[in-house]
Amino acid sequence: MAFLFAQFLTGLANASSLFLVASGLSLIFGVTRIVNFAHGSFYMLGAFIGVTLMELLPGHVGFWGAILLTGLAVGAIGAFVEMVVLRPIYRAPELFQLVATFGVILVIQDLALMIWGAEDRLGPRAPGLRGVWRIFGEPVPKYDIVIIAITPFILFALWYLITRTRVGVLVRAATQDREMVGALGVNQAWLFTGVFALGSALAGWGGALQLPKGGADLLMDFNIIGAVFVVVVIGGMGSLPGAFIAAVLISVLNVLGVTYLPQSTLVLMFVVMAVVLIIRPYGLLGREEVAGEHGQVGAPETPIRPYGTTGQMLVIALLALLAALPLFADRFLLILMIDMVVFALFAASLHFILGSGGLVSFGHAAFFGGGAYAAALLVFHTDTPMELAFLFAPLAAGLLALGIGWFCIRLTGVYFAMLTLAFSQLVWSLAFQWREVTRGDDGLVNIWPSPWLSGTVPYYYFTLALGIGGILVLRHIIHSPFGYALRAGRDSPRQAEAMGIDVKRIQFAAFALAGVMAGLAGGIFVFSKGSVFPTELEIAASFDALIVVFLGGVKTLAGGVVGAGFMTVAEDWLTRLEYWRLVLGLVIIAVVIIAPEGIVGSLRRLWTRLRGTDEEALQ
Amino acid sequence: MLEVEGIHSFYGKAEILRGLSFRIARGEVVALLGRNGAGKSTTMKSVMQLVRPRTGRVMFQDRDLVGAPAFRVAKSGIGYVPEDRRIFTDLTVMENLEVGRQPRREGAPEWTVDQLFDIFPNLAERRTNRGKHMSGGEQQMLTIARTLMGNPMLLLLDEPSEGIAPVIVEEMAETILKLKSEGLTVVISEQNLHFARAVADRAIIIEGGEKKFDGSFAELEAHPEIRDAYLSV
Repeated sequence: MAFLFAQFLTGLANASSLFLVASGLSLIFGVTRIVNFAHGSFYMLGAFIGVTLMELLPGHVGFWGAILLTGLAVGAIGAFVEMVVLRPIYRAPELFQLVATFGVILVIQDLALMIWGAEDRLGPRAPGLRGVWRIFGEPVPKYDIVIIAITPFILFALWYLITRTRVGVLVRAATQDREMVGALGVNQAWLFTGVFALGSALAGWGGALQLPKGGADLLMDFNIIGAVFVVVVIGGMGSLPGAFIAAVLISVLNVLGVTYLPQSTLVLMFVVMAVVLIIRPYGLLGREEVAGEHGQVGAPETPIRPYGTTGQMLVIALLALLAALPLFADRFLLILMIDMVVFALFAASLHFILGSGGLVSFGHAAFFGGGAYAAALLVFHTDTPMELAFLFAPLAAGLLALGIGWFCIRLTGVYFAMLTLAFSQLVWSLAFQWREVTRGDDGLVNIWPSPWLSGTVPYYYFTLALGIGGILVLRHIIHSPFGYALRAGRDSPRQAEAMGIDVKRIQFAAFALAGVMAGLAGGIFVFSKGSVFPTELEIAASFDALIVVFLGGVKTLAGGVVGAGFMTVAEDWLTRLEYWRLVLGLVIIAVVIIAPEGIVGSLRRLWTRLRGTDEEALQ
Repeated sequence: MLEVEGIHSFYGKAEILRGLSFRIARGEVVALLGRNGAGKSTTMKSVMQLVRPRTGRVMFQDRDLVGAPAFRVAKSGIGYVPEDRRIFTDLTVMENLEVGRQPRREGAPEWTVDQLFDIFPNLAERRTNRGKHMSGGEQQMLTIARTLMGNPMLLLLDEPSEGIAPVIVEEMAETILKLKSEGLTVVISEQNLHFARAVADRAIIIEGGEKKFDGSFAELEAHPEIRDAYLSV
């Protein structure tokens, strides 16, 4: 019992810094509606800046002073990011900023690498709090107790700020209707910057406060972001008390999990989140997101037009070029092209549900990797012939999508995105931790195609036929009545339902179809590489696809495909550089700010302008 | 005080205002009349810069507002009460008023919470209630009170009589007259001619985004054909 209580205290102490980071994210989302993926980066910056300051400033005052200064510094960095990166794109489609924040992650990662180097830093112990206190005979670190004691004051200070001050009233009003707040004479730009700075400062404090328990390393940003999102979603986006309860819940469960069920640790919080969201779709203390409540953001969607003759000729010419490629290209280029087509099909399947369905999935890699694993497992364990195993990839991914979709489709917006993320994390941890079957991070190897496809050229044509075929099927479906119904459900679910469209069922079917196509891409992938590893199921893999779709352009059909081509080539080039993340991040941010319609959308705009039709420019 | 000169405003490709011009003098109460979709609300939003006129000028106290952010328009002394009220439903009455609060302004009537509670006694009783638990009429009063907290010189009231009970409409008319007696300049948009005549000194009729009539109610009565052509009575 005493041991259990000590465990509980450890969980509470861990919850403190998690709560700080999560409350910052929740605040930022509540007011700006930005899902700030870079929030983990501010946490990491907090840790690194904290370590540096603690080395400079000695003693008690130095330690706590360093923590205080760290928050202010990270807050200032946050304000800078908000003004430079986010301010120009508030009018862009709601989830577009997400990609920009992803660019910020990459930039901060490399900047941190440049400044602090690749070595992990051990956090200094808090002066005067090095030892343990015995509670019911169990040793509990003094620092843990101090943190547990501090946290309620932080919660109270935040609560006071939000509920009892003018700034808090304005923040809450802006959460609901920022345009009206502006019309009443409040400069929202500064309100947004202020909230972003405060949120970032909280993340920075979280990073600095955990130093004596942990340290600073370059993986902290991704390691915490999953947990932070889980906490915010379980608590309810925008709810501070919710974030606190969820942080305690997750941290305590985690500590208990480590002790009693070590293999559960990676999934535990995602299972909790999935359960909470299935029972309470808007989190414990969250409130329903009403569509259109925040006013129309950005320009209205233009209908998708079929290609003109020029467009069709271009596509045909491109296909002919691809078909003729083996005549003059070397093996290296063909392999790059196979990668590109695989990625294009994967991106096109995500684009299908995201662009046409309006469903932003953060976990699409589950189906790509799921398909790849399904085929690989059959080959690896039962020596199934490649032809049969390959068919199993889209089939298994489709079934997986049916299962996951059944839970996720009932949610909307950010909650949908987070639940898909949770499920993909579940799939990932299965692949990672169920070693007897999947061999964990050793991966499944020696998954080669049948002899007739083993050459690069035959496999290239195999890829081309299935990859392009899959993309064309998706394109065809978007132009079918099913596609119309899907888009109707995206633009106005209520009106679509009033017209007799079962929106949820259409979305469910689209989600499953996207899963099939992603699985197909995964199948082609696994036999081209001969192996599959859990990395194909990681959050980063899902984000790659998201970035590609946004870069290419959400509102254009070719967006996913063009974005995939761009990204494959860009990564191929950039990864040769030492600080390629920095460059890629800056490119992403630049595209988002300069060409918010993506590559294809911007090209189209340029094209219409060149032809002298003013129609688009009027928008 | 306010001079709107030849503004053209668009929603996407649809041209809603086609070269609209009018003037409002200090201390006047003017009614913008016209049917649904005539462009009354767009006119108000174009003054507030919530819709940006593509051409034309909106001069307020000799400064052109076109292109300024909405908060600057509000700070220059124009209060806006939107048609759909847009009160903050999760905030209490007191908090809603707090959002609207701005420092007092030279040449404009000054309002305190207590004075506003005198004018809108219902709000005083419900000061700690959240916006979502209030009736349509109470929400309408709250949105006006919230805007008055900014001590505006000019008040834009978009369809104040819409969707509220007849008894409250009468109260609303009295309130507007009270505001006028305090020295406030008011522009209301209305479909209800009876209500407009009760509170306004002058009528401007808009149809298809153009001005069709500008004059006193006596003149309007002398020309029933104008009323029949542009107003649904």
